[in-house]
Amino acid sequence: MTRYILQRLGYMIITMFLIATFTFFLMKFLPGTPLSAADKLSEEQQAVVLEKYGLNDPVPVQYFNYMVNLTQGDLGISFQFDNREVTTIILERIGPSMTLGFQAMVIGTILGMLLGLISAIYHNGFLDYGSTFIAVVGKSIPSFVFAGILQYFVGVKLGWFPVALWEGWEYTVLPTVALAIFPIAIAARFMRTEMLEVLGSDYITTARAKGVNKFGVVFKHGLRNALIPLITVLGPLAIGLMTGTLVIENIFAVPGIGEQFVKAINTNDFPIIMGTTLLIAFLFIFIILVIDLLYGVIDPRIRLAEGE
Amino acid sequence: MDKLLDVKNLHVSFDTYGGEVKAVRGVNFDLKKGETLAIVGESGSGKSVTTKALMQLIPKPPGRIKEGEILFEGRDLAKMNEKQMQKIRGKEISMIFQDPMTSLNPTMKVGNQIMEGLIKHQKMNKSQARKRVVELLDLVGIPDPENRMKQYPHQFSGGMRQRVVVAIALACNPKLLIADEPTTALDVTIQAQILELMKDIQKKTDSATIFITHDLGVVANVADRVAVMYAGKIVEIGTVDDIFYNPKHPYTWGLLGSMPSLDSADEELYAIPGSPPDLLDPPKGDAFAARNEYALQIDLEQEPPMFKVSDTHYAATWLLHEHAPDIEPPASIKKRMEGMANTSSESKGERV
Repeated sequence: MTRYILQRLGYMIITMFLIATFTFFLMKFLPGTPLSAADKLSEEQQAVVLEKYGLNDPVPVQYFNYMVNLTQGDLGISFQFDNREVTTIILERIGPSMTLGFQAMVIGTILGMLLGLISAIYHNGFLDYGSTFIAVVGKSIPSFVFAGILQYFVGVKLGWFPVALWEGWEYTVLPTVALAIFPIAIAARFMRTEMLEVLGSDYITTARAKGVNKFGVVFKHGLRNALIPLITVLGPLAIGLMTGTLVIENIFAVPGIGEQFVKAINTNDFPIIMGTTLLIAFLFIFIILVIDLLYGVIDPRIRLAEGE
Repeated sequence: MDKLLDVKNLHVSFDTYGGEVKAVRGVNFDLKKGETLAIVGESGSGKSVTTKALMQLIPKPPGRIKEGEILFEGRDLAKMNEKQMQKIRGKEISMIFQDPMTSLNPTMKVGNQIMEGLIKHQKMNKSQARKRVVELLDLVGIPDPENRMKQYPHQFSGGMRQRVVVAIALACNPKLLIADEPTTALDVTIQAQILELMKDIQKKTDSATIFITHDLGVVANVADRVAVMYAGKIVEIGTVDDIFYNPKHPYTWGLLGSMPSLDSADEELYAIPGSPPDLLDPPKGDAFAARNEYALQIDLEQEPPMFKVSDTHYAATWLLHEHAPDIEPPASIKKRMEGMANTSSESKGERV
């Protein structure tokens, strides 16, 4: 097991290296310069600034320098935010995004699974149609529409929660709900399909023939068998939500990483682009590892042979 | 009162979009303590549905017990609700399923799957249940039970899994064991092992067994009595000797005739022509008439009642009526009957 995890971590480093390399050169193809007011500066002034940030060196040299710094954990300094460390800026910004994404995922998964379970248990009944309707609505209407509706009705009309900004926990409520709609829909749909399939399988009949009650059949025998496909879709979805969503962060004026990432691309703020990309890539690979380990926990057939 | 089970006029239907499928259409049989009844018939004849209905394991909806009584020790199972049935299932009646590859929960340890019933019905604590699991695994012939009970189904072979399924069914010493084609999914050598095991266990535990199969070789091996089902009805019922050596129903002739035998190498294997009727709209008269070369005019118009051949032997065919013409059973059946000349009788049945 330990060997397997170490091996996976090894692959992880290789993957990160490849992503860093690829992104670095890709980024150099972006049009424009990091100088926001290039036309107001003279040629000499521009040269001085570019020289200061090492942007006059040939690209391979820049790449080599960046990679050397990267191995020492130095992500460089941002061009646009007063020469501050990229690490500091990202850490500052990732907080709100992670909070929103995490809350949305937890709520989304729990509510979605419940809806899916209800659907499966009361298959083709009134409750099934109700929850399927919620799932279809959640999947087909974009989150910014919900965001607007929530802001207007819950925020403005009812005044229960603040409409925007980031000054305390109550500010997270509306964006969290807006973000949670999608995972609710996805989890509900998958849970329903999988649970229906599982409930129709032979071992469920065996369990019923033993005298197990409905609750035991669904939760003790069914749930674990229905979870694998759900985890497969929810993992990547979680990364997507936790690494910032531009639209929701903009609508609710949340100082998150998604909004900043887009801004960095627009202004050619190379160190920020690199830093954010690497962070997202890292989280992604990490979650995939976690999911693979979870598979083993849930399904003994996927578990690694003892001692490996 | 030595009748353990008495099924009276059982009807089971499935409500589908196409209409009501009458899967079981008036089944009557009984079972004494310790007795083994085999139910045979083609796929779709209602064997499984009948036995699943006994435990109320048919999916509802679309399935439902339309009418009839299932008297188990005098209590009518057909009228029990889900809660009451949960106390019967696994404790008084248990079931062995066809495919051991799919009938065990893949994500639960084998020991826990056996323990479940013990903890639920016998109110055992974990350590008592564990002890009993070791005993049970030993009983069904699984070596090294202490370690095996901690393993998952995928670590067992097909035959071993079926032994586990048998152990689950036996856990609470049920009075009635229903085996729904327990050997069909296994290869032949394993089939023989499982059959031996089941016979052995039946001797030890003295539970009554209903054995569903379409393998007549298995029937001869395990059963005391045989019920032949066709299109949702029992068409002939009797002791093993009655059915094998003095069959009266043309359908039973067909079944027996389509059994390969070693001493008739030159013949082509017989198959009953046609296919079973659509139970969405069962035919008028005898359901088998269309495939029956011995069918009489009355078979097309009126359903045959059960005729009594002997105290143990009944068959639903108009051929047993006193006005029916004398019809010779096919040669292969006659050969069988001659082999058991003492039990064959030329007498006409008596209507019951």
